[in-house]
This record gives sequence, C-alpha cells and structure tokens, in this order.
Amino acid sequence: MDMQVPKKKLGLKERYTLMTRDLAWDTTYQPKEKVYPYADYEGIRIHDWDKWEDPFRLTMDAYWKYQAEKERKLYAIIDAYSQSNGHLGVTDARYLNAIKIFLTAVTPLEHMAHRGFAHAGRAFPGAGARVACQMQAIDEMRHAQTQIHSLSNYNKYYNGFHDFTHMYDRVWYLSVPKSFFDDAITAGPFEFMVAVGFSFEYVLTNLLFVPFVSGAAYNGDMGTMTFGFSAQSDEARHMTLGLECIKFILEQDPANLPIVQRWIDKWCWRGVRLLSIVAMMMDYMLPKRVMSWKEAWEIYFEENGGALFKDLARYGIKMPACAEQIRLEKDHLSHQVWATFYNYGGATDFHTWMPTEDEMQWLSQKYPDTFDTYYRPRFEFWREQQEKGNRFYNQTLPMLCQTCQIPMLFTEPGDPTKICYRERTYKGNKYHFCSDHCQHIFDNEPEKYVQAWLPVNQIYQGNCFPEGTDPSAPGFDPLAAVLEYYRLNIGRDNGEFEGSEDHRNFEAWRGMAKRND
Amino acid sequence: MSRVFIALQTNDDTRPIIESILADNPHAVPVESPAMIKIDAEGHLTVKRESISELIGRDFDLQELHTHLISLSGHIDESDDEFTLYWDN
Amino acid sequence: MQVAAVKDYVGVPRDVVDNFHGNQLVFIGWDDHLMFCAPLAFPFPPTLRFGDIVEKVLPGAYGYHPDWAKIDWSKVEWMKSGEPWTPHFNRSLAENGIGHKDAIRFRTPGLTGIQGSCS
Repeated sequence: MDMQVPKKKLGLKERYTLMTRDLAWDTTYQPKEKVYPYADYEGIRIHDWDKWEDPFRLTMDAYWKYQAEKERKLYAIIDAYSQSNGHLGVTDARYLNAIKIFLTAVTPLEHMAHRGFAHAGRAFPGAGARVACQMQAIDEMRHAQTQIHSLSNYNKYYNGFHDFTHMYDRVWYLSVPKSFFDDAITAGPFEFMVAVGFSFEYVLTNLLFVPFVSGAAYNGDMGTMTFGFSAQSDEARHMTLGLECIKFILEQDPANLPIVQRWIDKWCWRGVRLLSIVAMMMDYMLPKRVMSWKEAWEIYFEENGGALFKDLARYGIKMPACAEQIRLEKDHLSHQVWATFYNYGGATDFHTWMPTEDEMQWLSQKYPDTFDTYYRPRFEFWREQQEKGNRFYNQTLPMLCQTCQIPMLFTEPGDPTKICYRERTYKGNKYHFCSDHCQHIFDNEPEKYVQAWLPVNQIYQGNCFPEGTDPSAPGFDPLAAVLEYYRLNIGRDNGEFEGSEDHRNFEAWRGMAKRND
Repeated sequence: MSRVFIALQTNDDTRPIIESILADNPHAVPVESPAMIKIDAEGHLTVKRESISELIGRDFDLQELHTHLISLSGHIDESDDEFTLYWDN
Repeated sequence: MQVAAVKDYVGVPRDVVDNFHGNQLVFIGWDDHLMFCAPLAFPFPPTLRFGDIVEKVLPGAYGYHPDWAKIDWSKVEWMKSGEPWTPHFNRSLAENGIGHKDAIRFRTPGLTGIQGSCS
C-alpha cells in the first residue's frame, strides 16, 4: 500500500498567483485594443500589468467563504433586532432622520459603485486589477442590499423611507450624491478608480462609516451599526485597492503623474462637498454624539490623509489643492448645512429641528471659535420663532453650484459672513460655482458640466411636476406639485420634527413598550 | 513617523485579536469608541497568526480578520503568518 | 481639453434661456443675512420692471427677517457679477442689462442680521 503523503499546503502568495493571474489569458482572435476599448483614451500609460500587486491576496474561493460568514452574522442580528422591536430602543426619534438620509443618499450610491466597479473590472486589461474590481463590485451590491433590508424594518413604522429609488433621481438634495456618482461612472476606468477607489474610499469613506456608524451603535441603532460595520469590513479591502491602484499607475510611467494629480484634486474636492451632509448628520442628527465632525475630520483626513500624502510624495503627488479651504471650512460646515436643510425642510423626506440648549452648549464647546459668534444667534432666533408658531421656512428656491449642485451656501474662505460667489461664461452661457475648486473642475471639462441637471432650474423649466399637470390651471400650486412629483407625503414626511407623526408615534409606542395597558 | 491604524469591531471573536495585537506591538495605542476599537501605532503594526492561535487554542487564519475589520491605514504586507501595516515616512 | 471622451463629444447645455418658457433665471442674494442660507433663484420675464422685484417679490422671500422692514432703499448698495452696479427701478430687467442667470447682490448698510451675526 502506498503511503499517503500529505500535500504541501500552498502559501498565500502562491495561492493568489494560481487563482488569479494564472486564470487569465491573452486574447488571440481579437486584437487587445478591441477587447479593452477604454484602456487608453484617458492618457494613462501602462506598460506591464503584471506589476500590479494585490496586497490582500484574497482569492475568489476565500472571498466567498468570508463574505458568506459576514452575511450570516448580519442577518442573524437584523432578525433579532426587528423581532425585539429594536427600533423603540433608539435614543430619540429625531435620530431616525439621519437614517432616512442614509437610505436615500448613500444606499443608491452603493448600487452605483457596484456598476462602476463592474465596468472598471471589465475595462482593465490586467488580471489582478480585474479580480479586485470584480470583488468590489459584488461587495457594493451587497452593501446596497443589506442596507435596504436593514432599513426596511424602519419603513414599517416611520415616514419618509417609502420610495428612496424614486426620490434619488428627483429630489433636489439628492442630485448632489447622484451627480457625484454619475460624474464618476461616466469617466474612464482609471479616473473612476482614482475618484472612487482612492479619493473616496481611501481618503474620505472612514468619515462616513467609522464615526457615524459608531454613533449609530451609541444611539441604540443595532440595524445600522450592523450593516455599517459589515460594509466597512469590505471597505478595508477597497481602500487597499484604491491605494494600490494609485501606486501602480504612478510607477508605470512618469507621464501619468499630472493626470492623476488633477483627478485627486478634483475628486477629493467633490468628495468633501458630498460629505458635507455627513457633517450635519454627525453634529446635529445624532442625539448622543461620539465625536464632532471637526474631530473626525482631524483624525481621518488631517492625520490619516496627511500620512498618506506624505507617503505619496515620493511619486511627486501633492496634497490636494483644496486642503487649505477644507481646513478653514471644518469649523463651519455642519452648521451651514444644517441651516440649509432647516431652510428647505418643507421639501425634504426627513424632519429638521433646532438643537436644544444642551446641544447648543455641546456645539459651543466643540466649535469654540465659531458657533456662538456666527450660528447660535440664528438658531436661537429660529427656535424662539418656532415656539411662537412661526417656524421659518425659506419660501424661494436656492441658487445652486453648477458642479457640486449644492445650494450656494458656502462662505468665502476666511470670511464666514459672505457667501462665496464664482462665475464663468462658456459658449455664451453663464455658470455659477460655490468655490474656486468647483469652478476649476468645470473649467477642465465644461462639455460635461454644462449638462448638469440642476433641480431648481429644472423645476423652473416645468420639468418636475407629475405627468399630466397643467401649470396654467387656476390655483396651481407649484410647490405642492413638485412634492407630489417627489412622492413626498406633505405634512407627514417633511417639515418640523416637533409634533410630527414620527415624533408622536415614537413617544406613544415607547410608552406602550414599558406598560401593559 | 506617520501613524498607521487598524480599527476592529469589539466582539467576542476580536477580544483575543486585540489582546495579541497590543501584546505584540508595545508601541500601539488603543482608542475605544462605541462598538469598536481603533489601534494607532507609530510607523508600523503587525498582527501575528501565532499569537492569536495561542490565545484562542486553535489555528487562526489571518484572513479571518476580514470578518471583523472596520478600517485601516498604511501599506499592507500580508503573508500566512503576519499581517503588517506600515508607512515609509 | 473640453472633456475626456473616446470620440468627438459636445455637451448640450440644459439651462439655456429658451428652456424657460419666456422667463429668464435671475439669482438674488442679500449680503450679511445668512438666515437665508443661499442666494435665491427666480424665473422672471425680461420685461419685468426691476422695481417690481423689490416691491412685490422680495418681501415674500425676505420679509420674515426682522431687518427687512428696516431697509432704507436709498442707501442700498447693489452688485452684479461681483461688481458695483446701479439698477434703475423703473426700467425692465432687459433695459437694466440683466441677462439670463445673472447674479445680483444687495447690501443694506447698517443692517447685519440677528445680533450682528450676519444671520
């Protein structure tokens, strides 16, 4: 009888080579440029795809194994959370409004990221990059699905969760995340990787998923905590892919440097503008707060991003040009954005409110140089007026930035009392911007950004009413028609939190949860 | 030297992982937040398979880290026995 | 480079004046009054008398603010595209040289919002 000799187990690096590179092949009956038609047009020069290193060396079989385990854990927790009426354990029903934003503004981006990575994976001629992009594409689909499943539990009890896919394509503030991702996926595969894989995932995504999701845990939202951390466990791999991709591109050819630098400048700025909504979620919408936006910014952008850019300096990469303006804005951002949503709270699928005195004290303490001087007087005035039954709503639609599509709410760098106005005339038409950086992005690719679907301008063109609406009919109410087009339930989903149906229901149900009557 | 970090969920599976990271990297500093821990370290941080295996009494596969990871920073060097984060600056 | 593309590519601007059914867009901002978080956007016919904006439209937009009633219109300073500029109240938008998507700002000296915070 032959002796059974145990086979030598393959090492991680060998396994990765066998299961990734060695599964690829070169094309024979079609020329390579026809198979990969998007590999060259952005001007990035790649000489040797075999130099691509995937530091995680995760192979597809191991990938399925670990992802399945993550899913099993996640769904066990989600089930337990909903079976035990976990929603009544959150600190305060105000908190749920942050989660509505998450569902309408973040979840659809996960799905777009899925599409983007699937496309980039198909477009890259290198096997290592293709496998990593394919895994990420599947991850992103998983994130969208787990978020929808987790949050559907809230949809049974609270308003505003009911039609997020419809809203994503229409509601004014959602044009900000939508245009961000539409911009990224309509770029070529290399720009997409620098935009989403590097600038967003590596430099910025920690700000969304780490302190905010820890905040969800702190506020008793086990559902969000679970999908958030489960998504984030993939994120570490995504960040690594983003960094690897940058290093690879820069090492391949020195001519790639200026292109990559321009993309980093563009996408760090676009990402920062996108995250302005997260700043307000952290500072204003979490009843219990883990850290301020400014503190999170200092840890994850200034310290961590600083180390990263110091490391990339060897390739000639510089800290993005916008870093200085971002530094000036960190003391103002969350307050200015919250004030904006308070202005237009009549047209959102979530509620807004003025902070309590305790919360204002926390804000003063976290923002000692700015809150009491610039924002407290405004907020106290609004709170007084609301208590008198005269709650402030801005009655007129705002002017928007052509690039980031955010209302022109940002102030001049260094002067928080003056709105920052920038404008450009291109081919006889005027365009407006919230900042030098948004203007530069437009200047680099005007043919792309002249097409921006700006919600306010679309409303005034009559394109945002339900089908069959006659704007010339007597008594036509344009605002009501727009909200109907958004599928927003007026008086239930929108407006002031105090006294809203969500507020009343939560109080009543929580009372019932403690008594037997 | 820039700092690297690794952030992990805090649960029963990660308790021994955190313990061995802190033991193997005396320069590392744990920062706790609700439901998670962030471990900062000057320059570099190494997770060792052997230390974790010893603590949990079974063979630990370093790729199991994927299930509990929240975030990290730095370049990565991964082998069967060690998972290292580092900056070159 | 006007855009990175695999072939010739020309964008179609979405906000040309012809799309506004006889109106043009005008943006108006009240300096030092950030209670109104951003400048406002209005669709106006180019034949509209400028004074009608100030007298009939802006009170509905800005009247909530306690400073609004205190404005001395003879002292208001106007800007168009960031440059000092003087409107004629009895002339139309077109006669005032206000084009589609022009941004107009006005400053009301002495009035600096809630407790001087420019709110």
